[in-house]
Amino acid sequence: MKPIESFEVPLPPKVNYINAQYGLKSWLLTKDHKRIALLYLGSITFFFFIGGIYALMIRLELLTPQGDFLQSTTYNKVFTQHGIIMIFFFLIPSIPATLGNFLVPMMIGAKDLAFPRINLLSWYIYMLGGVVTIYALLAGGVDTGWTFYTPFSTTFSNSYVVATGLGIFINGFSSILTGLNFIVTIHTMRAPGMTWFRMPLFLWSLYATSLIMVLGTPVIAITILLLAFERLAHVGIFDPALGGDPVLFQHLFWFYSHPAVYIMVLPSMGVISELIANFSRKNIFGYTFVAFSSIAIAVFGFLVWGHHLFVTSQSVYAGMIFSFLSFAVAIPSAIKVFNWTATLYKSSISYDTPMLYALGFIGLFTIGGMTGLFLASLAVDVHVSDTYFVVAHFHYIMVGGALMGYLGGLHYWWPKISGRMYPEGWGRFSALVIFVGFNLTFMPQFVAGYLGMPRRYHAYPPEFQVFNVLSSAGASILGFGMLIPAIYFVWSMRYGRHAGANPWHLPGLEWRTQSPPPTENFEVTPVVTWDAYEFAPREETEVVGKFRPELERI
Amino acid sequence: MSSHATTADEAQHGHPALQHHFENMEQQREAGTLGMWVFLVTEIMFFGGMFLAYTLYRSFYPAAFASASNHLDITLGAVNTGVLIFSSFTMAMAVYCTQVGKQRPQVVCLALTLILGLTFLGIKAVEYKSKWDDHLIPGRLFPGNPYNPTVAQHGDPDPHKLHLLEGATVEKVQMFYWIYFAMTGMHALHMIIGAGLITYLLIFSMKGRFDPEYHSPVEVIGLYWHFVDIVWIFLFPLLYLLGRHLEHG
Amino acid sequence: MSEHIVPVRIYVTIFLVLLVGTALTVMAAYVDFPWQFNTIVAMTIAVTKATFVVLYFMHVRYSTRLVWVIIGAALFWMAILFALTLSDFYTRPWLSTQTG
Repeated sequence: MKPIESFEVPLPPKVNYINAQYGLKSWLLTKDHKRIALLYLGSITFFFFIGGIYALMIRLELLTPQGDFLQSTTYNKVFTQHGIIMIFFFLIPSIPATLGNFLVPMMIGAKDLAFPRINLLSWYIYMLGGVVTIYALLAGGVDTGWTFYTPFSTTFSNSYVVATGLGIFINGFSSILTGLNFIVTIHTMRAPGMTWFRMPLFLWSLYATSLIMVLGTPVIAITILLLAFERLAHVGIFDPALGGDPVLFQHLFWFYSHPAVYIMVLPSMGVISELIANFSRKNIFGYTFVAFSSIAIAVFGFLVWGHHLFVTSQSVYAGMIFSFLSFAVAIPSAIKVFNWTATLYKSSISYDTPMLYALGFIGLFTIGGMTGLFLASLAVDVHVSDTYFVVAHFHYIMVGGALMGYLGGLHYWWPKISGRMYPEGWGRFSALVIFVGFNLTFMPQFVAGYLGMPRRYHAYPPEFQVFNVLSSAGASILGFGMLIPAIYFVWSMRYGRHAGANPWHLPGLEWRTQSPPPTENFEVTPVVTWDAYEFAPREETEVVGKFRPELERI
Repeated sequence: MSSHATTADEAQHGHPALQHHFENMEQQREAGTLGMWVFLVTEIMFFGGMFLAYTLYRSFYPAAFASASNHLDITLGAVNTGVLIFSSFTMAMAVYCTQVGKQRPQVVCLALTLILGLTFLGIKAVEYKSKWDDHLIPGRLFPGNPYNPTVAQHGDPDPHKLHLLEGATVEKVQMFYWIYFAMTGMHALHMIIGAGLITYLLIFSMKGRFDPEYHSPVEVIGLYWHFVDIVWIFLFPLLYLLGRHLEHG
Repeated sequence: MSEHIVPVRIYVTIFLVLLVGTALTVMAAYVDFPWQFNTIVAMTIAVTKATFVVLYFMHVRYSTRLVWVIIGAALFWMAILFALTLSDFYTRPWLSTQTG
């Protein structure tokens, strides 16, 4: 038996990217991808809270069947703005702009992204889009639904459609620039020896996400411009009276907005691959399959948008094509879930907070994905379209999936980002609270929707009240659960235990430099000669749980 | 790419234009070129949405589109096409001059490209003005001059009046014109941005910034300029030429 | 530098080809071809012109395979946008209750 290594208490490094320069200007004019990641972290957290306040208002209104808390027009604005803020200003940038910006150069062994100044520009563009949108919200808001369907948005809505559209349009450029940066960086700046198939799966998923960002976002850009043109000039682009077709808007809108949901979930899947492999101390099962499934999701994701148009005048023949393709797109996602599960089998799982989020993701994403198949079948969709079934489906993916991955990744890489550990006990507690609160919020919505409760209504028939009360109760638990990490992350920046370079004892490239990293990431450009998840034979000291000598072969 | 470990210090030595996070000029050039190509992909998808709308509505209203297209000035459109192609040529020549280290010709080529680009925009302005005069600005974009063209009676040769083919209506002609203004307007906006970029190149070229070792801004902005040319290569026949074979004298 | 320098005579040739193509497409526009051939002729000429610009002015003929893949991807994605959207609008008349 090997002697237990004596651990030295890790000392914080003398100079790192946080203390390399002081002053507001050094942060606001930084070219360091790590500082830009933190700028994004602050901004998206801010927008998440705003979106959360709107969610709170929705759940308060829906406690009672009558529309007694908000007027219907106000309620329309509240759910619209909840959607816009959460999707465009939180979910889409979340993992790519925070964890991605921070880790992509480190994981490939580079000093920075390919275009550091464009990276900073993308944050300023994001902030500009945010300011314009907040102005629109404060000036009076928008009530069209985040989907901006015509002709209501072009002709009949008396709200700030163009201003909000402008904010989203501007924000889109931030997305495009981030994706562009990642694609070029991954192609041209990998360290010597870092081949494509030695890259961590997080990079594969970010690469796939970047493809979607670059190919899809321009289409929503032109769609918003056409929407504004129609609203301002009344030319007939989408107006049947003048020869236009409102369904054209929906085609153009969903051509981006469906792949957009993969922008939101793919990075999260990448995080889950990292968490599953690393916290079970085992090489990911079927690395190549998981890598290519990310690309497959990105490609297939562009072929299915018509499933949002099943109940419009879209041709039923096109509907059949889209339905078939929507079933097909589930396959690469399922491949990932199977590979993650196979990785867990006979591995050495440690139930740290990141792993709890990862395990939660697998279950909740599976539910969300499978309910998507309900929606993909034409006949069922006619029944559940525009009901709470849809709402529950996408919240299972976006919150149960994407948000869990984001929180898991944030906890996992927090020591690298801040040099401190978060309190593990509180981490596990809040993960459980979030899991319970989430399920209580959204599981009743599946039932309510299936039984016929429509979405986007501020008043509903009394027979649905029990589901709504459960849902609102769950939402308060969920909200409470999410406040806890907000508090302890901030707390840990001052009082958390110093983490050291590799607190989890893992083989990844990002763990081979100090925590927090120096500005140029690595003292010496590494030469990579190992695979992504090569775990050295474990020593007893690394194990949380029982030591199993037969696993040393891995 | 280098096969040995480099320290942060080594990157400080080398070409003055080498940025700190790249290993060498070759990597920097490769990244810059690739970045512009990825950006052009976004531009293709951006214009693609409008080309889709065009395709759709043209197939719905072929007679109206043909009538509206015939009202555009084919001479100005063709001349503009020639001007833009010429500017693409001078842009390519500018890149060539930087590659072989010819300072003066480089500046001349860039200046010519800029002048030709501005010529294109000038001719476009003339065209837009004539649409304004004929009350063909769609919808109520300018409430003072709403869409209100005069339809020519049979036999009336007045070029300022709209000559409708069989099956065309004034309302559907408006569909053509919003597409015309949206697409050419967006194209013109890209040309204006391009003109700004070429001005930047001109200034730095005059300062002798670009040489065979370092000229990737010229190359990369050249790619952008050629792309804008390609969009026009498609816009010209689709907007100006689609109904000419149906014109009756 | 590893980049290829395209000789001037090629640039001049391509420039002249593009001008000829423009003249051709204008002339062809006045000829009344049967069915949709006017459009097909015009688009063929336009695609040819664009191809020359891409291959020679934009140096793609001498570029890496990655650039070719990028261009191919962009064209493929635009094709997806067109094909699937038009598959809706153009098949609507097939069902007698639906109008285009």
